[in-house]
Amino acid sequence: MSHDMSENLPEAHGASHGAEVVTHDDPFADPGLPAHEPRRTDIDERAAKRAERQVSLMFVLSMLATVGFIASYAAIDADKLVYIFPLGKVSALNFALGMTLGVALFCIGAGAVHWARTLMSDHELPADRHPIEASDEVRNDVIEQFKTGAAESGFGRRKMIRNTLIGSMALVPLSGVVLLRDLGPLPEKKLLHTGWDEATQAKPIQLVNMNTDQPMKPEDIIQGSLTFAKPHGLEESDEDFQQRIAKDALMLVRIAPEDIKDAQSRDMGFEGILAYSKICTHVGCPISLYEQQTHHALCPCHQSTFDLADGARVIFGPAGHPLPQLKITTDEQGFLVATGDFDEPVGPSYWERKR
Amino acid sequence: MSTASGTTTGASKPASTRAKPANKAEATADWVDGRLGIYSLAKANLRKIFPDHWSFMLGEICLYSFIIIILTGVYLTMFFKPSMAETVYHGSYLPLNGIRMSEAYASTVDISFEIRGGLLIRQIHHWAALVFVAAMFVHMMRVFFTGAFRKPREINWLFGFLLLCLGFFDGFFGYSLPDDLLSGTGIRFMEGAILAVPIVGTYIQMFLFGGEFPGTDIIPRFFTIHVLLIPGIMLGLLVAHLILVFYHKHTQWAGPGKTEKNVVGMPLMPVYMAKAGGFFFLVFGIIAAMSAIATINPVWAYGPYRPDQVSTDAQPDWYMGFAEGLIRFMPGWEISVWGGHTLNLGVFIPLMLFPLVLVAIAVYPFIESWVTGDKREHHILDRPRNAPVRTALGAAWISLYLVLLVGGGNDLFATHLHMSINTITYMVRVGFFVVPVITFFVTKRWCLGLQRRDKDKVLHGRESGIIKRLPHGEFVEVHTPLSQTDLHTLTAHEQPQPLELPAETDENGVARKAGVVTKTRTKLSEGFYGEGNQIAKPTSEEYLEITSGHGHH
Repeated sequence: MSHDMSENLPEAHGASHGAEVVTHDDPFADPGLPAHEPRRTDIDERAAKRAERQVSLMFVLSMLATVGFIASYAAIDADKLVYIFPLGKVSALNFALGMTLGVALFCIGAGAVHWARTLMSDHELPADRHPIEASDEVRNDVIEQFKTGAAESGFGRRKMIRNTLIGSMALVPLSGVVLLRDLGPLPEKKLLHTGWDEATQAKPIQLVNMNTDQPMKPEDIIQGSLTFAKPHGLEESDEDFQQRIAKDALMLVRIAPEDIKDAQSRDMGFEGILAYSKICTHVGCPISLYEQQTHHALCPCHQSTFDLADGARVIFGPAGHPLPQLKITTDEQGFLVATGDFDEPVGPSYWERKR
Repeated sequence: MSTASGTTTGASKPASTRAKPANKAEATADWVDGRLGIYSLAKANLRKIFPDHWSFMLGEICLYSFIIIILTGVYLTMFFKPSMAETVYHGSYLPLNGIRMSEAYASTVDISFEIRGGLLIRQIHHWAALVFVAAMFVHMMRVFFTGAFRKPREINWLFGFLLLCLGFFDGFFGYSLPDDLLSGTGIRFMEGAILAVPIVGTYIQMFLFGGEFPGTDIIPRFFTIHVLLIPGIMLGLLVAHLILVFYHKHTQWAGPGKTEKNVVGMPLMPVYMAKAGGFFFLVFGIIAAMSAIATINPVWAYGPYRPDQVSTDAQPDWYMGFAEGLIRFMPGWEISVWGGHTLNLGVFIPLMLFPLVLVAIAVYPFIESWVTGDKREHHILDRPRNAPVRTALGAAWISLYLVLLVGGGNDLFATHLHMSINTITYMVRVGFFVVPVITFFVTKRWCLGLQRRDKDKVLHGRESGIIKRLPHGEFVEVHTPLSQTDLHTLTAHEQPQPLELPAETDENGVARKAGVVTKTRTKLSEGFYGEGNQIAKPTSEEYLEITSGHGHH
């Protein structure tokens, strides 16, 4: 591998930068700033003229693109669609405005950069750095001034002023903190109950199909399907609809009673129809995927998977506890109803929640 | 009045010491200088020298995308209604006709379909936000891997770090505003995470949302945070960041004529005014074209938010992906404490890891300077290979981030690669601990290999590709010696030596015990710079010895 270093066959390209002074005592010494290498535009006036025209062309293109932008804005309807390969059907106005604006801006930039690279001086210049730290003289002077100022204020000497000032400064932000109190109500028992709470044995609440807006009979719930429901009386137009549906949303499944592993869960259902909270116990996404063969329900947000045949036990994913179940039965007309609230709070768990 | 003016008229006016301005422009500049002192400011900065390197542009992309976000954001506020009041849609986008939605969502759809150019501005705003955070990431990587965070720039590193974090959150608040099905799911996620905070979780939740989720306050509140509070802080930090860049003067790569005491490059006026100013237009132009070509966040397709509805493939914007990964791969641990209180570790641990992952970046400069004990200023950049442990730590962090990003998109990986989502999640759980360690060692070895190669190149020259046959039949490859420029550049870096434990006895022979802190520091220093953690760079003696023996081979 080793060889004679004087065997300096093809001269390494650009290896020597003219002004290098090779010092023999230290081959690694800093050779100093290399000499300036002129660009084509520095020595050839025709090349410089050409660069000038190129830069101007960019600026002219930019002007044309801006005219195009204004014309597109005025001429193209907002709802017009065009086919553009390979994008497919896109809004004609958005495409035209975006492209013309893009070209108008890009050409200004390209022109400026080309100008700087070809025609402005490219001499590298050194500038000195100065230490960020002040000199000792300045430092001592400042500290002296500060001490003088502090002494004149009497801050250290007059302890009563100092302490009362600290006290008042510490207390005054409290007003700001107190003002935050009305940002919202206290939690109290709000998270504990849902809208199903109003249902009683005497006054049950019907389960209403989310899609058809009709109460349901047991035969409406087919095995293998996932049906979403809300309490009777909760309408989309209600002022607090969003807030209530965030807790009241139900999903109903029918599982052959012999396949239901959890006896308590089976008892809370009606003929194999089980009503679970739709709100995931992880961070509150609505569960929407159901695998009919395995009776697994999956939350599409973080993939918590619940076995609906086994009391909605968590079998995979980050959820910490099963989905709450709602006890259901039928009323005298044969519609599915709930006679009370969930047996535990729905949604994500929180500190005050009892396990 | 008249007497007062009488005293100055006639008598010679108080003469300005300044020479008569040559033209109107100079006269104007003189006028402004008399009020603002611009000449002193310009003297230091007009011909300020900036070194040239492609990687120094990354910070500029951050600055420009931030400006673009502000410009487009102001436009959007003219049309966006930050209100959760209910309305029924009857606009030109027919699939949503007659559907109930919030004013926030309806006005976002109107911006996209009724306001000419509104869709373009919305898309530029969103694309620029994505580019902004991405550029901050890459810019920070450049600063990290080249050691540009060292004294005197540690505080500017922190400013940059805060900008990154605030950028994350402002992005999150911003894409939450349209109140569409996807972003509402993101807010729900945030609500669930807040509820997991022990003791005060429910209180914070109630105070933030003004009641139970979702309530009607969260969008207006996010709006104020998104357009005023966070951008205001960011603007302040950004200005401070730039002032410090000017004050410290830019770092530079090692090379001929470049020292710790100078900065070599081209002047602000005209070269960088044209280049940097032009670059703003390039960035803006490219983002505008992206917004014309690629749809981002088509909220009209998601529909308005309903707490009981969700779409599959619910993903946050990419920079929040690692937080999503943390929450997805965490096992669902929920424990009972203090007589029936619930501690939701499955959510609370990720919530705590989220800032920790970020803070690791923030504190690194201080850890490194403590380990090296180096108190000097550094203006010459390190090549990443010449700081193997730093580079390996940075790479390990990035690998952790990427593992979490995979975890955050586990459903997409599952559907696109036809893998079981459970398998991917288990792999992410293992990968969270294993991948960064592997990455660390691989990167370190890689750096050491590159150091060896540099050493070889310095001592033996560059492979020329020319094979020579010697008289006795041996074939050798001719190596071209490096120029002094290259020799200097490749050997200019410093190699810190590991700290040594103080002698066990002091000068009087009295036993002196090193404390735990000292020992840790020495150990870490050994780990950073000790034997096997860097390749001793070639010395000029070695070089002269090899090159002086003419024809000894």
